[in-house]
Amino acid sequence: MRKNIKKVTPVIVLVILVLFPLVVNEYYQHLMILVLMWVVIGSAWNLIAGYTGQVSFGDAAFFGTGAYTAGLLVTKLGLSAWWGLILGGISASLIALPFGWICFRLRGAYFALATLALNEVMRHVATIWEDFTGGMVGILTLQSFVSKLPYYYIALGLAVIAIVVIRLVMHSKLGYYFLSIREDQDAAESLGINTHHYKMISLVIAAALTGVAGALYMNYMGFIDPHVVFSLHDISIMAILVGIVGGVGTQYGPAVGAFVMVAVQEMFRTGGFGLVSKIARASGSDLLISISDMISKAHVMGFGILVVIAILFMPNGIVGDWKKIIGLFSRKTQ
Amino acid sequence: MSFLKVKNIIKNFGGLTAINDVSFEVGRGEIVGLIGPNGAGKTTLFNVVNGFYRPTRGEVFFRGKKVSGLKPHRLCKMGIARTFQVVKPLQRLSVMDNVVASAFVRAATKRRAEEIAEEALRFTRLYEDRNIVSRGLPLGKRKRLEITRALATQPELLLLDESFAGLNPSELNDSIEIIKAIREKGITILIIEHHMKVIMSISDRIVVINYGEKIAEGTPAEIGNNPGVIEAYLGEVHNA
Repeated sequence: MRKNIKKVTPVIVLVILVLFPLVVNEYYQHLMILVLMWVVIGSAWNLIAGYTGQVSFGDAAFFGTGAYTAGLLVTKLGLSAWWGLILGGISASLIALPFGWICFRLRGAYFALATLALNEVMRHVATIWEDFTGGMVGILTLQSFVSKLPYYYIALGLAVIAIVVIRLVMHSKLGYYFLSIREDQDAAESLGINTHHYKMISLVIAAALTGVAGALYMNYMGFIDPHVVFSLHDISIMAILVGIVGGVGTQYGPAVGAFVMVAVQEMFRTGGFGLVSKIARASGSDLLISISDMISKAHVMGFGILVVIAILFMPNGIVGDWKKIIGLFSRKTQ
Repeated sequence: MSFLKVKNIIKNFGGLTAINDVSFEVGRGEIVGLIGPNGAGKTTLFNVVNGFYRPTRGEVFFRGKKVSGLKPHRLCKMGIARTFQVVKPLQRLSVMDNVVASAFVRAATKRRAEEIAEEALRFTRLYEDRNIVSRGLPLGKRKRLEITRALATQPELLLLDESFAGLNPSELNDSIEIIKAIREKGITILIIEHHMKVIMSISDRIVVINYGEKIAEGTPAEIGNNPGVIEAYLGEVHNA
């Protein structure tokens, strides 16, 4: 019975997701497109950091590369930005290859710092190389569709592909090798695993998926600039949060994390979906109005608090600590 | 042509000479014990043979081929496996998954890797514990898991680093049985051990090192009566 539930749940969730945009307005369609995009990015981060144990602080480098590939296809070659879904993934992998080859000689925190540097280098390249990238002006393209529905289903397709690809990888030899490297690099090496080689494979797969998500973003938003797509806190840190909050090293953790994080982000941005500011204005108190303004600007700080809470109380994330969370609520009823 | 040949190995760490001009050979099918007081350089020597360290000078030959300077994963594919003194199980994986991960070295498919793993687990009598997460294993079984993992890479030469330390007498006997069974499979064994009774009873030959230098080599009986060895272990004899 329990096994059946486990098998059926993903199918039910998928059916709900397919029907979801047909019954809600554009605002919620938009939010769900973001959630699905973050499922792709979060799953990719989970592969390299959660399963392979090589924490990346620089996912934006791959995301931005994918987004710029899609954008430049339009402005430089006059092709459709949708080619970016393939070429964006490839170009992000091409960034990951030399980076991994050099930087996987570093371990632990030193590797994480190198990814942070890659993030910054890529942003500066995109800013300074004006002839090619347009610099701070960014890239503006025409969107293909007026309706949000096509974007939604493409995003849903990519999210499903990301989860399925990573599932297949983790059930193969690669998966065993990635986990071995996470648990103990020296032991893995002495068991015949070329750790440098397999860390690079993991990074390249993750980078490709993240690049595809970037290309999707370019297509959907129609505008990118270096500060948006190479953003440290809005992309790189958000990717880490999606992973940690959902559950590091779990299959569906990033999907749950993406949902929660986009909701949290939106809640801060709109001040509890406008509720806080309504209350503040109704009360007429200047103090409450200024507090409500502050809340909507404080989402980065809110993220920070959330990370602290997640690490303290559910270090394995929502999916990893699911039983603990259920136990918390059911204790009272017993 | 000897099976494993360690030739004039010197290993320096900065100004410290951990291994100083050590040479010895291991024949195919032998069990050779490597003993010496704490800090003598036994594990360092293992790390050189296994490829974790590049020797400062000197060479290691395996089946006539020079292997010093190659990475551990290459040596593993050539047939050298090792265990660690401080056990390094893949903590959050089950016992079975630990062994499957190492079996992939010689397996093309997952099914084949699982077959090799199951065979290795039966051989070391850990099969009943295969679904336990390895973090939860008691030390004796963790040590045996180390050996099982090494065996699953189907080695020709097995380097055992203190696989008996901290075991209780019944676990000790189990492990001795397993070592003897491994030898019967035709696997050559180089073993570091502090437990004198064990090393004397299973080794064909023993190499003794002290302060990074080889001070004696011979059969267990010869080593037991060697004054230099007794001195290294018990201190110099002072005549009053």
